[in-house]
Amino acid sequence: MHEEAAGLDLWSMLMILMLATFVGFQVIQNVSRLLHTPLMSLTNAISAIAVVGSIIIAGEEKTPFTTILGTVAVAASVTNIVSGFLITDRMLKMFKSRDREPGR
Amino acid sequence: MIPPAAILPLTQLAYLLAAGLFVFSLRWLNRPQTARRGVLAGVVGMSLAVLGTLLHPEIVNYAWIALAVAVGTILGIPLAMVPLTAVPQRTALSHAFGGLAAGLVGTAKYTLWLDEGALTAFRTTAIVVEVILGFLTFTGSLMAAGKLQEVIPTRPITYPRQNWINFALLATAFLMGIALVLDPERWQLFPAVIVFALVFGVLLILPIGGADMPTVISILNSYAGLAAVAMGFVLDNKLLITAGALDGSSGFILSVIMCRAMNRSFANVMFGAFGQVQAAAADSEKGTVKSATATDAADILGNATRVVIVPGYGMAVAQAQHRVREIHDQLTKRGVDVRFAIHPVAGRMPGHMNVLLAEADIPYDALVEMEDVNHDLPQTDVVLIVGANDVVNPAARSDRSSPIYGMPIIDADKAKLCLAIKRSMNPGFSGIENALYYAENTLMLFGDAKAMLGEIAKALSGEGGH
Repeated sequence: MHEEAAGLDLWSMLMILMLATFVGFQVIQNVSRLLHTPLMSLTNAISAIAVVGSIIIAGEEKTPFTTILGTVAVAASVTNIVSGFLITDRMLKMFKSRDREPGR
Repeated sequence: MIPPAAILPLTQLAYLLAAGLFVFSLRWLNRPQTARRGVLAGVVGMSLAVLGTLLHPEIVNYAWIALAVAVGTILGIPLAMVPLTAVPQRTALSHAFGGLAAGLVGTAKYTLWLDEGALTAFRTTAIVVEVILGFLTFTGSLMAAGKLQEVIPTRPITYPRQNWINFALLATAFLMGIALVLDPERWQLFPAVIVFALVFGVLLILPIGGADMPTVISILNSYAGLAAVAMGFVLDNKLLITAGALDGSSGFILSVIMCRAMNRSFANVMFGAFGQVQAAAADSEKGTVKSATATDAADILGNATRVVIVPGYGMAVAQAQHRVREIHDQLTKRGVDVRFAIHPVAGRMPGHMNVLLAEADIPYDALVEMEDVNHDLPQTDVVLIVGANDVVNPAARSDRSSPIYGMPIIDADKAKLCLAIKRSMNPGFSGIENALYYAENTLMLFGDAKAMLGEIAKALSGEGGH
């Protein structure tokens, strides 16, 4: 079923790529310069969504070679997810405004 | 147990929700007030996507997945605890991991589909793009992390015909990729493509100097996102395409901001080998240098109405941010208006300086962008420069022969008085002389930034605490 659909799906995938890029440009242009470092660590964690592809390759156990590659890819992606979200939150906690007492 | 027929729609629903949550996540990151909600949305989206994937009927063994998740968590937690000065290295490292994951998944898919005879031209094209982008991001980001950690020399490393050799390498990788698309059974070409991409990543970063790291990290960010997009095309996964496109466009926007802040083009950053030792700087007539002591500086700052502090990466290297905060607190207590002027490339990655100051408990409303502060500088009594150099060099405005000519700067020289902390009169990192230090209205404070700021803070608290 993948074979016949491949031709058609290319166009819907390109459509998604284009629209998501536009959304990305719009949303990210509005991010305050204050937060560009957390922005990069957050998008980093989000793009580690690659984990969904790696999970299937590691779990379907088709050949030992692909299982190893899949497992390493899952480990790399999970590292990015864990460290990316944690460090973003850690940095954001430090941003305090003048009228807000530190510690909140 | 969920009936098998319900699994695919459930997975798709999870992916749909995750994509929406990722957009909201970035939307909430726009402002500091809502930013932490953005992280939460990202975490929820990611969890949904992972749970949805684990339902997949093709998964027969969870042991390897569990092992990998454990390893990733063990590696990820310490990476999130690094000191904030090391955040650029950590970020480069995570681009490397992202690139690696994309490259490995592409490789696995190629071998699987090769065995099944299922390599269509479309699939092979997507895999070739994914593997080249993934592996060049992997080694390129490792190189960038090494330079930031100063394991690898930060000076540009150049050799004759460098750009030609690099270009030829990349072109060869793509030509082999095209040959592979035309006949996917020629598997011998596949490892060659990988090796060329790996080597190209290393060579691409070699000629780039430490000062260009903010741009390079942003570009690698963009490549890592594009590699995820290519993976989405390979796996026919629309969530991956969406998330990769968000990451890619973010990296692209940040690179553009960084390039503009240095008045340089992409091509110039990537292929210009900026930051090599400057050949015989023009010996312009230097004026005399006036210096002052910490007590003088405290006196001047304490009697000012408006003070702007210009921090540079040197402040972070000297670990002086907390001393800066003490001065900020002392002056604010006396009713002095204190603000911080942040140049976009102050630091080793976009927004780095803001994070370093936020860590020192400086309120974010005191941090002002370059464009906004320049407007107010002529009415500012004192500018205090801590560890910044090129970003306040007036040569960028006036001296056509200067390598930084045209770069937007903070117009510190336009303030009524300038205090600059510096170890000595040696030109700094970039090797460019700074006429600001010889100007009529500049007083130099010679010494280590941390010690000097400590003395100023002490003098301020001693004389006027009541």
